[in-house]
Amino acid sequence: MGLLSDPSRRKVLTGLLTRLNTPICGMPVEWLVKAMQSRGLEVFTQSFSRKLPFPDENKERYMVRGTNVYGILRAPRAPRTEALVISAPCSPGDSNNQAVGLLLALAQYFRNQVYWAKDIIFLVNEHDLMGTQAWLEAYHHTNITGMEYSPLQGRAGSIQAALSLELSSDVITSLDLILEGLNGQLPNLDLANLFYAFCQKLGVLCTIQGKLQRNDWDTAEGYTHAAQTMMLMVLKQACGRSWGDHGLFLRYHIEAASVRGINSFRHYKTDAATIGRLLEGMVRKLNNLLERLHQSYFFYLLPSLSRFVSIGCYMLAFGLLVVILLLRGVTEAQQVSLPSGPGVLTVLTPVVISHLTGVALYLLPVHLQEMAVEHFPVSETEAVVLTAVAIYTAGLALPHNTQRLLSGEGTEQGWKVLKLTALLYLAVLLGCTALINFSLGFILAVTLVPITASMTPHMPKALSALVMVLLSPAFTVLYCVFIYQELIEAPVSVSEGWMLFLSVISQGILDHALYGSLVYPLLALFIYPCWLMFWNILFWS
Amino acid sequence: MAAPLTLLLIVAVTIRAVLFRSSLAELISARVEVVSPLNAWKRVVEGLALLDLGVSPYSGDVFHETPLMIYLFHFTVDYAEIVFIVSAYFVDCLSCFLKPLDRAKMFRKQKYALESDRYSADCLELLRSPKEMFYIPLKVAMFYLLNPFTILSCVAKSTCGLNNAIIALFIFCTLKGSALLSGILLALATYQSIYPLTLFAPALLFFLQRLYIPVNLRRSSFWFFTLQYAFMYVGSLVVITGLSFFLLGSWDFIPSVYGFIFSVPDLTPNIGLFWYFFAEMFEHFRLFFSCVFQINVFFYTIPLSIKLKEHPVFLIFMQIAIISIFKSYPTVGDVALYMAFLPAWSHLYRFLRNIFLVSCVLLACSALFPVLWHLWIYAGSANSNFYYAITLLFNFGQILLVADYFYAYLRREHHLTHGLYLKKKDGTEATLVLK
Repeated sequence: MGLLSDPSRRKVLTGLLTRLNTPICGMPVEWLVKAMQSRGLEVFTQSFSRKLPFPDENKERYMVRGTNVYGILRAPRAPRTEALVISAPCSPGDSNNQAVGLLLALAQYFRNQVYWAKDIIFLVNEHDLMGTQAWLEAYHHTNITGMEYSPLQGRAGSIQAALSLELSSDVITSLDLILEGLNGQLPNLDLANLFYAFCQKLGVLCTIQGKLQRNDWDTAEGYTHAAQTMMLMVLKQACGRSWGDHGLFLRYHIEAASVRGINSFRHYKTDAATIGRLLEGMVRKLNNLLERLHQSYFFYLLPSLSRFVSIGCYMLAFGLLVVILLLRGVTEAQQVSLPSGPGVLTVLTPVVISHLTGVALYLLPVHLQEMAVEHFPVSETEAVVLTAVAIYTAGLALPHNTQRLLSGEGTEQGWKVLKLTALLYLAVLLGCTALINFSLGFILAVTLVPITASMTPHMPKALSALVMVLLSPAFTVLYCVFIYQELIEAPVSVSEGWMLFLSVISQGILDHALYGSLVYPLLALFIYPCWLMFWNILFWS
Repeated sequence: MAAPLTLLLIVAVTIRAVLFRSSLAELISARVEVVSPLNAWKRVVEGLALLDLGVSPYSGDVFHETPLMIYLFHFTVDYAEIVFIVSAYFVDCLSCFLKPLDRAKMFRKQKYALESDRYSADCLELLRSPKEMFYIPLKVAMFYLLNPFTILSCVAKSTCGLNNAIIALFIFCTLKGSALLSGILLALATYQSIYPLTLFAPALLFFLQRLYIPVNLRRSSFWFFTLQYAFMYVGSLVVITGLSFFLLGSWDFIPSVYGFIFSVPDLTPNIGLFWYFFAEMFEHFRLFFSCVFQINVFFYTIPLSIKLKEHPVFLIFMQIAIISIFKSYPTVGDVALYMAFLPAWSHLYRFLRNIFLVSCVLLACSALFPVLWHLWIYAGSANSNFYYAITLLFNFGQILLVADYFYAYLRREHHLTHGLYLKKKDGTEATLVLK
């Protein structure tokens, strides 16, 4: 039977959790090793270190060092070819102080069962995502992000699924399921359905995006609620960072989800034993899998936990937006007869200059931070972010300068060819982006397509310049920050929003350097030059 | 002409040097669109290592290059990057030098045709003037050197660049008029990968045209020259094959290279059409399908030669394009070779019907290849069907491009002889249809 069958076991579990309630400063590696060993697991540690490109607010130092501790529960009678991972990030202070305790309690309980067909790895990682990244890279013998780590001494087979726990209080009112991973990758929908179905069976309240489910689908409020939930998912997916430790598992084709316990003001509270039962049930279900989860959708949007929007529905909306660009391109192509010789070359100049600006936006903020810190009274993070903003704004001055460099290009033909190139480039770019990270592609399409498809130099310059700037990628990020804050019911003022925006930029650069998130390079190297090309068309003289 | 060409060469060297030294070089050498089992640099290094150990490089089914290629790299492996850059330059310098040769011939032909009233009077605007043909060599050079496909192929150190260089040399010698050198180089190209065998027909037609021998199967002069050229070609091929045998001391290379090309045992995905089919079919039918697919490459030679027997240069272009599309292990380097010749036919632009669609399809597919590969192999959300769909679309785009140029070429010829504004018998405007 489950964990609650024996009242004495329940008492032991509660006592264990109370003892483990002491706040953990740093990572108590020896204590964890001893605790896991006393529960009969094979315990190993792994140390890792990483030099950050710039010290951000959370870490405040360049070098981050940490240790991961993991224990392997070997399946008693099965061949050791497959494994499951349950991880709990160990953060200093109060943010995740119950999860490790629950993990150890689960380990102790699991040790006494005979039905395990896969090895179970209990991972306690330090520094959240960095620890997980180091562990995964060492487990799979890759090194894609330049992290330094010691090799793993112990290994189980190929990992089939993973669960990550975040628990900050010993009683909770609801469990939040977090699915969005790195670069907007999502686990198989089967995993989410499994968790939700099991929560319903045990009577635990399960939420998504921190919002409760509603049953009134046909009323306006129900519809708005669902739309807000879906919008939150879109925004979280678009920003490309991993919203839980599970996000990094997805890259290795391991279905993973994060579970966060939320303690809010409701009467009905669930205690740790029920959470333990829930997790035990989940792990048993994953244990019974004969193959990796692949039957259900990998691309979906969730307005609620019991409804989903599949790629067949939402890709059509995106496709129609891109078709606007293609049709516009076709009409431009019919009006243009391709000039030979110097004509194509004059189009090349704005393209090359835009891309060079994009390269500058990508490379210079991190490389010039030392020089900036010397000359200005700012910290390194602020230097990086403000350099990025400065280069972005400086790009707006470009058309006036490139026109002086070129000669003989001030013709109707010139801007039409440039517009044709830019439209096709934007269409291909948005298509490729949407295939990998739909939400990012869609948000960019919604803001960029209307203005770029109708861009000509003959529009009223001041008004269209203003609209163009207000719909540029940086402002899109700013709007997304404000909308996100509205949707999570924590609206911010303009100045706070601006600070959040700057921190989002620094987080984006850091995510790209540390985990390989593609949002910042995409925006800097491709979307921004494309936008600059349209900016050039606007000021074509 | 010299100054822009030098600038172009410097820019191309800079781009390649920067990419060679960056971290992208590793990434590009591993891409399946850029390297194939036939011409990957990793396999060349493997073969060289086996050769150094004294074992036959063909043991282990890793290495599929010809013996002459091993020995070339045996001596230049430390300077491999320079070899590839130089071979890229070879191709484009030759391509751009052969344009003036073609040009002079074309002027003469046009002049004679006008004077002898073979061309109708109102097609003056179709004739090519010296001014517009002046920039063609530079454009050909630019199309080859700055083509992203060529740059990727060079940075990945795929031996496709060297194969392209040999084919370019062959075309150069053919257009220069030296039958012996052309035969030898064609033999070398065939020895490298069998498909340039189909270039025998256009080269032969070119020489016959040049020597004013009519292409008539009943004339003895035709057979005399054909036998001469065939003898030079086959003789060089035998000599080169014999040389390879003596270099390595065994006939191992024939099943490893030519058997590999024909039987397609390696089904790593690439931009060609073979891998998906061959992965799906039963073993029982494998021989049948191999024969069908390989005949597809050689099949178009005779009909195209009959149709284009007066235009052997265009026939060479069509044959190279067909080889690049239908060969068993194509890479983007092969695509780059025939694309380099497109500016030579820029006068056909007004007759091209689908050029916008074709360029969009090719650009979109080139962008989608790495995305769908990532989704298939790394994210696991797609499968091989997605990647093959893009492969099919890419090849469709290429076929459409070649067919479009063919149509445009034939249409221009028709207009030259029958006048630009066609009228039906009752005086209304007629449209031209390719049947």
